[in-house]
Amino acid sequence: MGMVKHLLTGAVAGLAMTFGSLSVKASEPVEIEYWQYFFEARVKAMSTLVDNFEKANPDITVKMTHFPYADYRTKVAAAIPAGIGPDVVQLFYGWLNDYINAELIQPLPTDVFSVAQIEKDFFPMVQAMKRGDAYYALPTAVRSLALFYNTRLFEEAGITKPPATLDELVETAKKLTKRDAAGNLTQVGITLGMAGQDHHWFREVLVRQFGGNPYLDDYKTVNYNSDAGKAALDFYTGLITKNRVTQLGFMDEAQAAFKAGRAGMHIDGSFRIGALDRTRGLKWAVAELPASNDGVKSNYSSYWVNGITTKAKGEKFEAAVKFMKYISSPEAMQIWLDTVGELPAMPAAALTDENKMNEKFGAFIRGLGYANTTIFANESGQRQVMVDMVNKVMLEKMPTAQAIAEAATEEQKILDGYYK
Amino acid sequence: MHVWFHGLTINGKRVVWAWSFLALPIVFYVVIRFYPTLNAFYLSLQDWNLLGARTWSGFDNYARLLADPVFWQVFKNTFVYLLIGTPLSLVFAFAIAYYLDQVRFMHGFIRALYFLPFLTTAVAMAWVWRWFYQPVPIGVFNNALASFGISQLPFLSSTTQALPAILAPAIWAGLGFQIIIFMAGIRAIPTSFYEAARIDGVSAWVILKEITLPLLKPTIVFLVVFSSIGFLRIFDHVFNMTTNDPGGPLNTTKPLVLLIYDTAFNAFDMGYAAALTVILFLVLLVVSLLQLRLLRDR
Repeated sequence: MGMVKHLLTGAVAGLAMTFGSLSVKASEPVEIEYWQYFFEARVKAMSTLVDNFEKANPDITVKMTHFPYADYRTKVAAAIPAGIGPDVVQLFYGWLNDYINAELIQPLPTDVFSVAQIEKDFFPMVQAMKRGDAYYALPTAVRSLALFYNTRLFEEAGITKPPATLDELVETAKKLTKRDAAGNLTQVGITLGMAGQDHHWFREVLVRQFGGNPYLDDYKTVNYNSDAGKAALDFYTGLITKNRVTQLGFMDEAQAAFKAGRAGMHIDGSFRIGALDRTRGLKWAVAELPASNDGVKSNYSSYWVNGITTKAKGEKFEAAVKFMKYISSPEAMQIWLDTVGELPAMPAAALTDENKMNEKFGAFIRGLGYANTTIFANESGQRQVMVDMVNKVMLEKMPTAQAIAEAATEEQKILDGYYK
Repeated sequence: MHVWFHGLTINGKRVVWAWSFLALPIVFYVVIRFYPTLNAFYLSLQDWNLLGARTWSGFDNYARLLADPVFWQVFKNTFVYLLIGTPLSLVFAFAIAYYLDQVRFMHGFIRALYFLPFLTTAVAMAWVWRWFYQPVPIGVFNNALASFGISQLPFLSSTTQALPAILAPAIWAGLGFQIIIFMAGIRAIPTSFYEAARIDGVSAWVILKEITLPLLKPTIVFLVVFSSIGFLRIFDHVFNMTTNDPGGPLNTTKPLVLLIYDTAFNAFDMGYAAALTVILFLVLLVVSLLQLRLLRDR
């Protein structure tokens, strides 16, 4: 018993000393925590930004923590209400409503992040991050789509330039398609599959190019069940059935077929550049997505944003604001582009002559100028609707008009469930 | 040691020791198993998106589930996995064990070959099989068919062939374990029974029917229950072979567990996912109890 008493006294003394030293530390650097999900290039880019920021602000230290993508949302949700999580947090643009409703993030102070200034500096799609009179989050980088093509296969087929219109896309694809003696495809003109990036190409690009508007009411109402939607679906499935330049699930995954040099063309995001760069023996180039035959251009853009959590208060909040300001600056954007391959979120930083002419990023950056951003309620659920729509046409021989109508109903159900 | 402990009788000391050893597993089960289970029951009556507050919704989740055609499709798929998977795997496992038991030549080696798939991770195996099933130019099966001039089979991209195509490697993966258990059961039957039967001049078929199978009953009960639970909870094979279109095409391969995963961690609809989990729990409970009752000694 005496032993226990002794230990207790020791512990109390120890605690007192700890608190004592804490109060002495007040003049030392403020530490803020930054959280993002793990993706090697992103972590590397952020480390560079943190180093630069700490050099410029010796009174602030930033501790970066990252988690596997699968655990990310759960960890953030558990930590912030408990008061232990990040001060600045990264989130997908589509999660903003959830984060605001759960009181995980707070508005950016308008004296530093003036609404007018943001709207002048950033690409218009970033306006989706505004609620009421303030912005809640800002991106460092954005992503868009472009057409990757295999230059070796182009040369072999005697094609001199990438297709600029949808008609040219079909003609080019026909020249790139190869079959064996039994008629089985051994090389496709263009990869196809809604499971990849094609569902974005369909919604935001093809539907618009055939004269439609895929959604109404801030993406709360599905609007592609129209002649335009049907025409877009006819074009898409026609690549398989009528023009016979591709096949669903050729070589399992679209990007794998392109990487293996068995596909002439492939639509994907700028984040694919890194993987293709590492593929030995593959010669490729990038072009803007083909315009419609009457010249309509469109693209899809998505992004990750950073926000200040409700946990950050007092001097930590001040430090978090400074850090947010830096990671949303043109300098940070250029570092992000060079390290991750994601595009600057400000036209001034993105649309420099050097970036626009860059042979890898150029097409993506030019695409940003006319990109749309779908506001998803459940991206994988909404993608599944597109996958099922094409499967109904291809596997169950459902007429395209019925398939697009059923898809619209299904997707509306997801949106209604979310916004109820 | 404390005074109060020394004051106990031998029996009392035994009880204290027993409980102190039991305490750890009990605490573990209460905290890691029972609490989350009860919490899941509770959550199934609520709405929760993992971020905000939980709100009470009564039996809404269950009503929604009963009216959801996808749920019924998935429910049916789950039972197709069970009703094809369990009998087929048991028949194969028994036939192989029965004949392997009589083989002396390289017995250990052959047994190891059968056991090997059981040691392999389901994920790796599922991906290899997924590539086997691909169309020309990468799929082994379709390349073979094409070289004979036979038209390709769609396998995983067909609404009718995909489920059997996924089930085949799942059965194969569990076979090694079942064979070992069957062989242990067969070896445990006293040889004197067989000698007596042989002296009486009984045919091999009668020996199998009257001696081997009845005496294997405890083994069979164990394997039926064990493999049924396995097939009702099938996930790894389906998920990894259909990642592009999880449980597809058109939900024809989606089992209950995959629907739960998708609802919870893609749609973040935790209440509905919990309701589905409760249904899975009830199905597992009923199927296991039924099997134990049917297969118990009369």
